Amino acid sequence: MNIFEYSIFEYFLKPGSFDVLVNIIIILVKIAIVLGVVMFHVAYATYFERKTIGRMQVRMGPMEVGPHGLLQPIADMLKLFFKEDIIPEKADKTIFYIAPIVSLMAAMSSLAVIPFYKDFAVANINIGLLFILAMSSLGSYGIILSGWSSDSKYAFLGGLRSSAQVLSYEIAMALSLVGVMMMAGSLNMNEIVKAQAEYPTGLYLIPQIIGFFVFVVAALAETNRTPFDLPEAESELVAGYFVEYSGMRFALFYVAEYVGMIIMGCLAATCYFGGWTIPWYIIKILPFLKYVPGVVWFTLKVYFVVFCYYWIRATVPRYRYDQLMSIGWKLLIPLALANIAITGIIKVMVK
Amino acid sequence: MGRVEKPLETREITLNMGPQHPSTHGVLRLVLQLDGETVVKCTPYVGYLHRGIEKLAEGMTYLQALPLTDRLDYISSMANNVGYCVAVEKLFGIEVPERAKFIRTMVCEMTRISSHIIWIATHALDLGAMTVFLYSFREREWILDLFEMLCGARLTVSYPRIGGVRNDVSQEFLDSLYKFTEEFPKRIEEYETLIDKNRIWLKRTKGIGVISAEEAINWGLSGPMLRGSGVKYDVRKAFPYDAYDKVDFEVPIGKNGDVYDRYRCRMEELRQSNRIIRQCIEKLPPGPIMAPDAPKFTLPPKDRVLADMESLIHHFVLITKGPMAAPEGEIYVATEVPKGELGFYIVSDGTGRPYRMRIRAPSFVHTSVLPRLSEGHLVADVIANIGTIDIVLGECDR
Repeated sequence: MNIFEYSIFEYFLKPGSFDVLVNIIIILVKIAIVLGVVMFHVAYATYFERKTIGRMQVRMGPMEVGPHGLLQPIADMLKLFFKEDIIPEKADKTIFYIAPIVSLMAAMSSLAVIPFYKDFAVANINIGLLFILAMSSLGSYGIILSGWSSDSKYAFLGGLRSSAQVLSYEIAMALSLVGVMMMAGSLNMNEIVKAQAEYPTGLYLIPQIIGFFVFVVAALAETNRTPFDLPEAESELVAGYFVEYSGMRFALFYVAEYVGMIIMGCLAATCYFGGWTIPWYIIKILPFLKYVPGVVWFTLKVYFVVFCYYWIRATVPRYRYDQLMSIGWKLLIPLALANIAITGIIKVMVK
Repeated sequence: MGRVEKPLETREITLNMGPQHPSTHGVLRLVLQLDGETVVKCTPYVGYLHRGIEKLAEGMTYLQALPLTDRLDYISSMANNVGYCVAVEKLFGIEVPERAKFIRTMVCEMTRISSHIIWIATHALDLGAMTVFLYSFREREWILDLFEMLCGARLTVSYPRIGGVRNDVSQEFLDSLYKFTEEFPKRIEEYETLIDKNRIWLKRTKGIGVISAEEAINWGLSGPMLRGSGVKYDVRKAFPYDAYDKVDFEVPIGKNGDVYDRYRCRMEELRQSNRIIRQCIEKLPPGPIMAPDAPKFTLPPKDRVLADMESLIHHFVLITKGPMAAPEGEIYVATEVPKGELGFYIVSDGTGRPYRMRIRAPSFVHTSVLPRLSEGHLVADVIANIGTIDIVLGECDR
């Protein structure tokens, strides 16, 4: 068959093709829903962050725009949208343009495989976990490219720091998730949640506590949050890799960071907190909880993780670059490897 | 294809840090020579905030020059005022009344608290601990409110005068201040819970910016920078001025001379300052607040100026021409301000204006040690070192 004679229209005229069309439409609708909901949550994650940290620091947080500052994210967005878009004269313009897009796209595409509740994922693929890991490391390209193309030494240093950081912590994170993969016997996010629900403890947090610890630390580093926010260390590199960005392009980076944070929250909720399910023993004690929709549980779990992010940010100082590296290589990776070994031994013994 | 023709060449990069940079505490400019992230060479450039305070003072009477000293280290203006006044008083041989001495000691220590609070706030913020910053600004606000209550100004107070202080303290002020001293030790603990034993804080501060006692003396360091290295030298103890010989306090010293020891020193100083304030409130004697030698150096009381001719003339002459009875001579007097040893070297030629005024600013001396502390360390340590020096560029550039 000559590929050039084969048009997409002919494909749809074939019997059974109508189902494909419906599928595509369903997927598009799903994407729209997921994007819409997540973007809303991203906007209010910034609000939530400012309020949480504000409370922790004995101040109010945003209070001016709307009641209790509820419209602040919208005001911020409008402000960024109408700001002048400044591009440095000596910047590598093409790369400068695409860097924030790469960053955001990588963060957004991870959303595709997250099961928000039973069997609801844009793409229920069998390599879900790998896909997320791949995408989150792709996100560092955005950072490296922006750092490189900005023609600023601060941005450059930020980009370099970030590339080293993401490289080292990517390994630790992947290894920490291997324990989950071994227990669930699948890379499919849906399957992982289902396997967890059938597991005696109801969630993998308890048997995988070491893995969870490694995961949380690596996730902090992966999303450039305090205490690992070296690529954007405000007091050292001013703002790091996005120092030359302004207006909407800056907003893209900002959104990417928060999407990344929510993705990590989703990942933690899916792999360690049992996704949309709640453990059976809790239902036994409080039977009415089973009428709460799964998506609510999922959201609560994600917000719990996100809250911990904020909490950490309000509490701890920042690591130094070499200390960050030594933690990654000397502590987290051995811990994650030990976790894999222990999980493996237990799994074999239980069988 | 893809074969590397010659070995990869690596070069050091020059990074210009400041004068506009969030953690250079104003307008310090550092030119860093970096090999990767390691600082090979660090060159501080100062002078971006130069206003010529020393030169300006030459054209002013001694009283007029007082507000200039507010603008030196603008977050501890009270201590600068006192330093200047003590120097001029010693030059003229004025004996300050006891009550004024205690009030001055009290406000000096309040300034020390407010200055150290800013230091811990910015130092912690530079190292990424954001919450300490806001906690400590809460207490600074309190101190500034007390200053406002005392003299109407919050930042550039110009409250002490040559020969005493401007106005007496009210009972209301003393009560509020006492309440502050009761509350403040708890607040210090609050800061310490956040960072004192925090592993990251320890990792960022221990063994960073180490300077030995001998070197610290050779570099001319003073204040907590010197005491952090284990040298027990404090102008308040060594050459007591005002009421420091009448209050009981300790001089905390460090051992290792690193950023952490200086941090511990300053935190302990906060407690000691609190102690001194309390003693001052308790021991505050009654009496006048201005030296009584009215016609010669100090202004006559306002009610007499309005009532009798002679006082009005004295007032006029003192304000327009300065103290006419000023003896000739020169003097160097050092006081312990929050940053270190602040010295005023004043040359008087008998006219009402200083012939020459030279200020030994601790920040300026401490800036010179910055390359010594930073070279060979990482960029992040430079930030820690700037923080530990507790630099204020207003004083450094004068």
